[in-house]
Amino acid sequence: MSQDVDNIKPSYPLFREDDYKESLKNKRESFEEPHSQEKIDEVFEWTTTEEYQALNFERKALTVNPAKACQPLGAVLCSLGFEKTMPYVHGSQGCVAYFRTYFNRHFKEPISCVSDSMTEDAAVFGGQQNMKDGLENCKATYKPDMIAVSTTCMAEVIGDDLNAFIGNAKLEGHVPDEYPTPFAHTPSFVGSHTTGWDNMFEGIARYFTLNYMDDKEVGSNGKINIVPGFETYLGNYRVIKRMLKDMDVDFTLLSDPEEVLDTPADGEFRMYAGGTTQDEIKDAPNALTTVFLQPWQSAKSTKSITATWKHEVPKLNIPMGLDWTDEFLMKMSELSGKEISPELAKERGRLVDMMTDSHTWLHGKRYALWGDPDFVMGMSKFILELGAEPIHILANNGNKRWKKAMVAMLAESPYGANSEVHIGKDLWHMRSLVFTNKPDYMIGNSYGKFIQRDTLYKGEEFEVPLIRIGFPIFDRHHLHRCTTLGYEGAMQILTTLVNTELEHLDAATRGMQTTDYNYDLIR
Amino acid sequence: MALRQAAIYGKGGIGKSTTTQNLVAGLAEMGKKVMIVGCDPKADSTRLILHAKAQNSIMEMAAEAGTVEDLELEDVLKVGYGDIKCVESGGPEPGVGCAGRGVITAINFLEEEGAYDEDLDFVFYDVLGDVVCGGFAMPIRENKAQEIYIVVSGEMMAMYAANNIAKGIVKYANSGSVRLAGLICNSRETDREDELIEALAARLGTFMIHFVPRDNVVQRAEIRRMTVIEYDPGSKQADEYRTLARKIFENEKFIIPTPITMDQLEELLMEFGVMDEEDESIVGQTATAQA
Repeated sequence: MSQDVDNIKPSYPLFREDDYKESLKNKRESFEEPHSQEKIDEVFEWTTTEEYQALNFERKALTVNPAKACQPLGAVLCSLGFEKTMPYVHGSQGCVAYFRTYFNRHFKEPISCVSDSMTEDAAVFGGQQNMKDGLENCKATYKPDMIAVSTTCMAEVIGDDLNAFIGNAKLEGHVPDEYPTPFAHTPSFVGSHTTGWDNMFEGIARYFTLNYMDDKEVGSNGKINIVPGFETYLGNYRVIKRMLKDMDVDFTLLSDPEEVLDTPADGEFRMYAGGTTQDEIKDAPNALTTVFLQPWQSAKSTKSITATWKHEVPKLNIPMGLDWTDEFLMKMSELSGKEISPELAKERGRLVDMMTDSHTWLHGKRYALWGDPDFVMGMSKFILELGAEPIHILANNGNKRWKKAMVAMLAESPYGANSEVHIGKDLWHMRSLVFTNKPDYMIGNSYGKFIQRDTLYKGEEFEVPLIRIGFPIFDRHHLHRCTTLGYEGAMQILTTLVNTELEHLDAATRGMQTTDYNYDLIR
Repeated sequence: MALRQAAIYGKGGIGKSTTTQNLVAGLAEMGKKVMIVGCDPKADSTRLILHAKAQNSIMEMAAEAGTVEDLELEDVLKVGYGDIKCVESGGPEPGVGCAGRGVITAINFLEEEGAYDEDLDFVFYDVLGDVVCGGFAMPIRENKAQEIYIVVSGEMMAMYAANNIAKGIVKYANSGSVRLAGLICNSRETDREDELIEALAARLGTFMIHFVPRDNVVQRAEIRRMTVIEYDPGSKQADEYRTLARKIFENEKFIIPTPITMDQLEELLMEFGVMDEEDESIVGQTATAQA
């Protein structure tokens, strides 16, 4: 069983060798009190039935693969989008280790974020002392220009008040009074990572503008503010900038982590890179208005900006697919008075061309999809535009109003007739759905791979392949650099969808002398 | 007038809820628009206004509906005597869960749902016993209650509690706008009670805003689930509550308290004869040894 230094094998294929197989079998039989394979298969089969699905949908006290993360994760991403800003999480250390690894694994990048490490004594006496020491140490050690504070469950349950704690820390001189320390309460047991992003953004906007509104005038800087929301596709930051620059629209991206999440390997470690500047956020109330790219997850910020900055926030959808990119660009043109550039018009034409080129392969294809409400809505919309059917649509963190809007949108297209929308449900529910009403593909994050494995175990004809679009994607590299927004994003999604279909067609038709009559060179 | 938010604290059983509801009834009589937010898992801060046993609380209804997000404001906000708006935060059964978090959740809900509308003149938070954890400090955070009234009597433990509450306020007052606005003496008819509370108030840097005498009409009104002002508007006690309401309306003495040490408090109590001078020689002596 020993390994040879010249031929070290990883767990697969190593554990397929006879002596390992024997050893694992013995372990199982001697120590694991296993059920018979027949029993295991019987239960497995039962979990794929309609009967089980009905029970599964009555499940109350358990969540399996929730298809969402917690608030501070979103707060950290929002903070990373500001120049030389250190995300600071007031609470326990393990939570912050989780946020960092979660982003590490998705972006394959180092993520800077600190915790003030509350322990038993802080739980009893409150975390004020941690805040004082934490702010002072963070500033001295990592020299950020801003510390953006959010909270974990622990601090929230004991009711720590960030406003008072940060105020007291400044009063005692742990950090200077004028040192920027925006904050947001982000209890993990309420909402999801998108709520946390929204809360942190609102906190930063409030901190830099609420008491400085006297000299502000809507429209005086001639810019449009763009708020991305919880956005993990770096290509999306880039495509929005490209399109607006192309139209010569003056804009400010409020929270822009594109650089810090994509630093080069050139021998220099960059703890901070790029990002929205403090001057830009201070100047943001002077813009023409503020546009939220993911409106369903930006409720609190929208309300606050409408009230404080007096911006008339236009009602828009996420700029995904053809229609809603049109809608976005036309609104940008209307707001700025700038024409949509010939380049973008040509790009749109190319997308329409691609859609018609591929429609024979995608027409009527059935998809199951999940993710955050705005993403899922935009993706469903684009699937409808392709003449394909989004049949199982799931957003754990979608609210009732979102579901209503989804149902209304689906009702407008014949391709939405077979669609069902699920909120507050998880990926174990999704597993039932793809067994009882099989789609052709699933679109979602890496966690869907376990559903794919299970469907394959039932039999090849039941397998539902996963197309990885969403967050997090841990098991494929560099997909986070792709684009899902704008015509460019639609092109990339379309390319992925159609080629996945063709790959599967090739796989099915390469049987020598059986199916290869359809193993065509030209598709 | 701009919205004023006040929180009422004090030792458990001192009469916070009774005093709050009576003085709020007095404010309502003056034509003021008032909301009471009960911040106590017992949910008994609004019964005299609503003539109800206990109002359905936000946390209770949230538990039923699944989440707080599924609640509507009209589910939890009831209107009672004098158009007083009533809300109870509620919380867990004794011995489980976290009542403080319930207060935080409830107040956040009210804020998000727009309960603090522009025509309100006053919001009163009736807060359980003592500021035992961060959750019960929620009403005195930034942009919430800016004036704190402590209900107290001449009894030793009530005064201990008042001093402790003052310590809690200091934590938030130094960097925020919350202030101690006065002590309300709810009389237990102890000796020289008014002088004692005035002396305590002076030590804390504040004043006794009103001395509410003891009167059995309060109990008679209470068994009918009514405030004195509603039950017997002509009674002397009703006038006492009206005076308290008027004094609060006119109050401008908002200060950062200067809590005193245990020794100082004990000295004060000894001065007024509430506590005997300690005889160190008898500490730890059994009955047999002393005989």
